Amino acid sequence: MEREEVTKLLKEKSKQLRYDIIKMIGLAGSGHPGGSLSAADIVATLYFYHLRHDFRNPYWEDRDRFVFSKGHAAPLLYAALAEAGYFSREVLWTLRKFNSPLQGHPDMRKLPGVEISAGSLGHGFSAACGMALAGKIDKKDYRVFVLIGDGECQEGEIWETAMFASHYKLDNLCGILDYNGLQIDGPVSKVMEVQPLAAKWQAFGWEVIEIDGHDFNQIIDALEKARTVKGKPTMIIARTIKGKGVSFMENVVDFHGKAPDREQMEQALKEIKESD
Amino acid sequence: MKATREGYGDALLELGEKYENIVVLDADLAKSTYSIKFAQRYPERFIECGIAEQNMMDLAAGIATCGKICYTGSFVIFACQRALEQVRNTICYSNLNVKLCPTHAGISVGEDGASHQTVEDIAIMRAIPNMKVIVPADYYQAREAIKESAEIEGPVFIRLGRPAVPFIYGDNYRFQFGKIEKLREGSDVSIFSTGIMVKKSLEASFILEKEGIEAEVINVHTIKPLDEEGILESVAKTKRVVTAEEHSIIGGLGGAISELLSEKFPCKVKRVGIEDKFGCSGSANELLIHYGLTPEKIAFSAKSLL
Ligand SMILES: Cc1ncc(C[n+]2csc(CCOP(=O)(O)OP(=O)(O)O)c2C)c(N)n1
Ligand SMILES: [Mg+2]
Repeated sequence: MEREEVTKLLKEKSKQLRYDIIKMIGLAGSGHPGGSLSAADIVATLYFYHLRHDFRNPYWEDRDRFVFSKGHAAPLLYAALAEAGYFSREVLWTLRKFNSPLQGHPDMRKLPGVEISAGSLGHGFSAACGMALAGKIDKKDYRVFVLIGDGECQEGEIWETAMFASHYKLDNLCGILDYNGLQIDGPVSKVMEVQPLAAKWQAFGWEVIEIDGHDFNQIIDALEKARTVKGKPTMIIARTIKGKGVSFMENVVDFHGKAPDREQMEQALKEIKESD
Repeated sequence: MKATREGYGDALLELGEKYENIVVLDADLAKSTYSIKFAQRYPERFIECGIAEQNMMDLAAGIATCGKICYTGSFVIFACQRALEQVRNTICYSNLNVKLCPTHAGISVGEDGASHQTVEDIAIMRAIPNMKVIVPADYYQAREAIKESAEIEGPVFIRLGRPAVPFIYGDNYRFQFGKIEKLREGSDVSIFSTGIMVKKSLEASFILEKEGIEAEVINVHTIKPLDEEGILESVAKTKRVVTAEEHSIIGGLGGAISELLSEKFPCKVKRVGIEDKFGCSGSANELLIHYGLTPEKIAFSAKSLL
């Protein structure tokens, strides 16, 4: 496929993911739209272009792993898994309901395709690092991708793992930092500054690639470049917009963990549908 | 109806006015815990720590060594469990004046699911020397207990919940640390409950009354130190005990009372609580029913003792 065709396909896919995210959270009446929407383009690129995976065989030993360490973006993960064929789209509308495999935060024992149960920030990043290490021990060539938040970088555990991954030269580990600039109590820069991010990750021995997280060409190039880096892990710092794709959610702190009401949901779905 | 966590926000405002040396810390959950109220009125005494609960607990410990009283907020799972070792080794070991008032206890957290719920926190906090444990039953009790906690030396864990829950007390309620509260007299069975199960125990007593069974309903808001005398006095009369809590049946209120009674007054105890399981997603009410945290289950357990 030509690059142009690829980006066109990915655009369609991420539009679908955004649509499903809003509908799922709207119907559930709770959930986290902001940080699901901000990472949708990155996640679409991974599931529908870059990852080596097989929806018919979610436990395939040689699959690439993709861990959502910012587990509150579960609706994005679920939308991607459904779109990739892991389960029927109908299941999406059971999000957060009693007995649903789609728990409020991802649960590896309830839903195939979830690589590790998450929800407490920081944990998934370390677990992903463990998967990468296991790959080295077993001399496997799978890669491990892990999505973390910028607020999440305030957890000490992130930096314990950062040190570990470069110490063990885990070049099969690729982090993606969803740098949307917001967390719950406000802008990250006001709550607890995490900058300079690139210098921090470099100082911890990581290769750093900075991109616009809504530009498919840049996302694809970054993932491909990361694959060529040897002897150290890579962190892709992706500048994104929290709530991206829904005008009244973009850069709005409140939509971190607030569901749209009925009217907002209809409006958001219409906006997404009509976007190009 | 009002959530116990709202009592935190309102108590902090009063504490801020009364004590100059109160410092409030939060870890990116100030809106959920209602510490935002204090932050807005006393910004110079509010410390936003970002998403770093372990750091927050040791920061509070350090601040407390400088003559201040620290109140820390987060969700129970992160305050009591992610930061457990900080709480244990630095705050509790040296009996520092740090209060833990985290919210989102138990399974009534609801839709967020197991990762954000707690079924084991009372057991863990109760086992740490120097730690005191309070589980308020409604908004007023939460507010008054938090206000009172400033006068209690050393660490105190006050367990708060997410959803709005019915009132039991009123605006002029006075909290008495370490003393059980008898809400209903009875001679057939003692129902000891805590937190949101107190209201459900009262409802259970009405079910039992219709069947001619007189239940004594006791709110054990302070689980540690346990009011041994008060509990033994009731059990000496009824000789039958039911405990009820929004927590695992292992190590919480049921555990504490069983420990006491097995040494001082052996008798049958039925523990109503979560049966050694994690929570899951669902509405708070669905989950309470699913895990058997209902008046019917309490009444049934009481009857099984007769
Ligand atoms: C250890 C831990 N502390 C607190 C929380 C509550 N929480 C959920 S999301 C969130 C903010 C996350 O911000 P960020 O990482 O920037 O995520 P994003 O903006 O991508 O949604 C917080 C504090 C949590 N899930 N885990
Ligand atoms: Mg963010």
